[in-house]
Amino acid sequence: MTVTYDGVPGLVETVGGHGETTLVVDAARIVEACSFLRDERRFNFLSDLTPTDYLGWASRGVAGHIGSHGGRDMHAPGSQGFARVPDPKPKRFAVNYHLLRISDDPERVRVQAWLDDGEEIDTVIPVWPTADWFEREAWDMFGIVFRGHPNLVRILMEDDWEGHPLRKDYPIGGEPVRFSGEE
Amino acid sequence: MSVIERSIKVYEGSRIPSPIPTALKVDQEKHSLDDILTINFGPNHPSTHGVLRLIVDLDGEMVAGLSAVIGYLHTGFEKTMEQKTWWKCITYPERIDYVSFQANELAFVLAMEKLLEIEVPRKATWMRMCLAELTRIHSHLVWLGTSALELGAISMFWYTFDDRDATLDLFEMVCGTRMHTRYFQAGGLAEDIPEGFYDQAREWCKKMPKAIDEYEAILDRNAIWLKRTKGIGLLSADDAIALGQSGPVLRASGVNWDLRKSMPYLAYGEVDFDVPVFPEGDVYARYRVHMEEMRESVRIVAQCIERLAEMRGEPWIADDRKVVLPPREELHTSMESLIHHFKIVTEGYLVPEGEVYECVESPRGEFGVYLASDGGPKPWRVKFRAPSFVALQATATCMTDAAIADMIAIVGSLDGVMGEVDR
Repeated sequence: MTVTYDGVPGLVETVGGHGETTLVVDAARIVEACSFLRDERRFNFLSDLTPTDYLGWASRGVAGHIGSHGGRDMHAPGSQGFARVPDPKPKRFAVNYHLLRISDDPERVRVQAWLDDGEEIDTVIPVWPTADWFEREAWDMFGIVFRGHPNLVRILMEDDWEGHPLRKDYPIGGEPVRFSGEE
Repeated sequence: MSVIERSIKVYEGSRIPSPIPTALKVDQEKHSLDDILTINFGPNHPSTHGVLRLIVDLDGEMVAGLSAVIGYLHTGFEKTMEQKTWWKCITYPERIDYVSFQANELAFVLAMEKLLEIEVPRKATWMRMCLAELTRIHSHLVWLGTSALELGAISMFWYTFDDRDATLDLFEMVCGTRMHTRYFQAGGLAEDIPEGFYDQAREWCKKMPKAIDEYEAILDRNAIWLKRTKGIGLLSADDAIALGQSGPVLRASGVNWDLRKSMPYLAYGEVDFDVPVFPEGDVYARYRVHMEEMRESVRIVAQCIERLAEMRGEPWIADDRKVVLPPREELHTSMESLIHHFKIVTEGYLVPEGEVYECVESPRGEFGVYLASDGGPKPWRVKFRAPSFVALQATATCMTDAAIADMIAIVGSLDGVMGEVDR
């Protein structure tokens, strides 16, 4: 059964791939879009909420990524180049909401909203209460502010931690270590 | 979806706290009475299944306020995986939830294969299913042993860990290691199934149902066990869905939802099994779901073994030399095999650009993996949807109007594995 996603508020485009559907929506209307999908399209279950940082996408020198526009870079040991350079992304952060319909006609869809550094997005806790910890984790790891979240504090890192570890510009191995015996 | 009708109406609307759905707050007027005692439960408490910290406001014996603090076991798996080649990443998901290792590895490998668009031989599919179900039993045995131990049934712990050992023997026989096997590869399995596996697994399948009967004989007539689990930690079907619960917790709230049946993956559509559903939504129902699921998993394992026995001599991994390591013996005679082996191990293989979300029904519920690839040899982003992480969000709802002694039973029944919660 194919589902049409016409009428989703703020829908920018529908992208398919690997048998999955991605609805790119306007970040400013995320709550509207999510409420619509829950009430009109019966997506009653938020499986997952995950942001992705696309800083340095398709360029070199970023964690998890070695390559260049010219293809293979012979000067970076242990590297392989792209078969093709990936398409640029509209903004730095993508916030992905993986929705599921728990019913006799199950269906999955990904809702994607794009944010620049410093931009905020509304919380979806009123739509799915399970978003609480997911949004806290997103704040903790990426520094994305969810407007209206009742308790937006760190969840996995310590309360006084500096920086947001899953950002691509967060260094690896750069955190200070206190050795025992040191005063 | 068939939500079973409850005989007694327990719930009046939603019990999810507001405005923070995951924390109970003490009434302000109560707080001023000086009757409230705030205690810190954990992070190092033997019955928190790891390092969970609960800040509890007590009004006498009753829990008036509660908030969970997690993160004590955060090790940055997702960040680490961004630094590793895809090939090396396979080892990580297993270590996130060290009790359901094979199910996590399966989800990650399935997601990778979705990006790679690689065809997996049927023998690998059936063996994956077999090991995933063995993992489920392993995980449920650990759950049963520790949860019963916390409620005073110490002997359960010894019995379940004995059978858990027999289960791990099967893993050792197939993979060489008892846990964290890295047996699933992109494209299939690491090795062929050893010849002795079939007989030992058949023997195990005969023994296991009897063992489950014995567990029930110990617990089901035990007045203390029944008193401490029945009617405790109530979670309604609507609340469970709203709070994102999955797996045994969701099915114990009367929602007939199992990814293996509802959205079949691997070859679950071809095996015969039932999904146990209990409508009560209490700790006892969760215990019942775990017990019945073990029985169903034994049934699936038995069917897998018979099917696998017919597939002797078939390939166990896809024939794609750009992703799959060449056979060991070829390395001595074939230059190209040696080069490919070297390249795959040192540089890794390229995974096409794209993003996927793939999930499996792990012992704890929906274990999802979100992958984003830029077409290079390392993942751009890995995210795990950990069912334990979500399950602990239901603590506050389940603990509404509960006594302090129920807390142990409730936290245990939600089956959180802190390694997976904190990742």
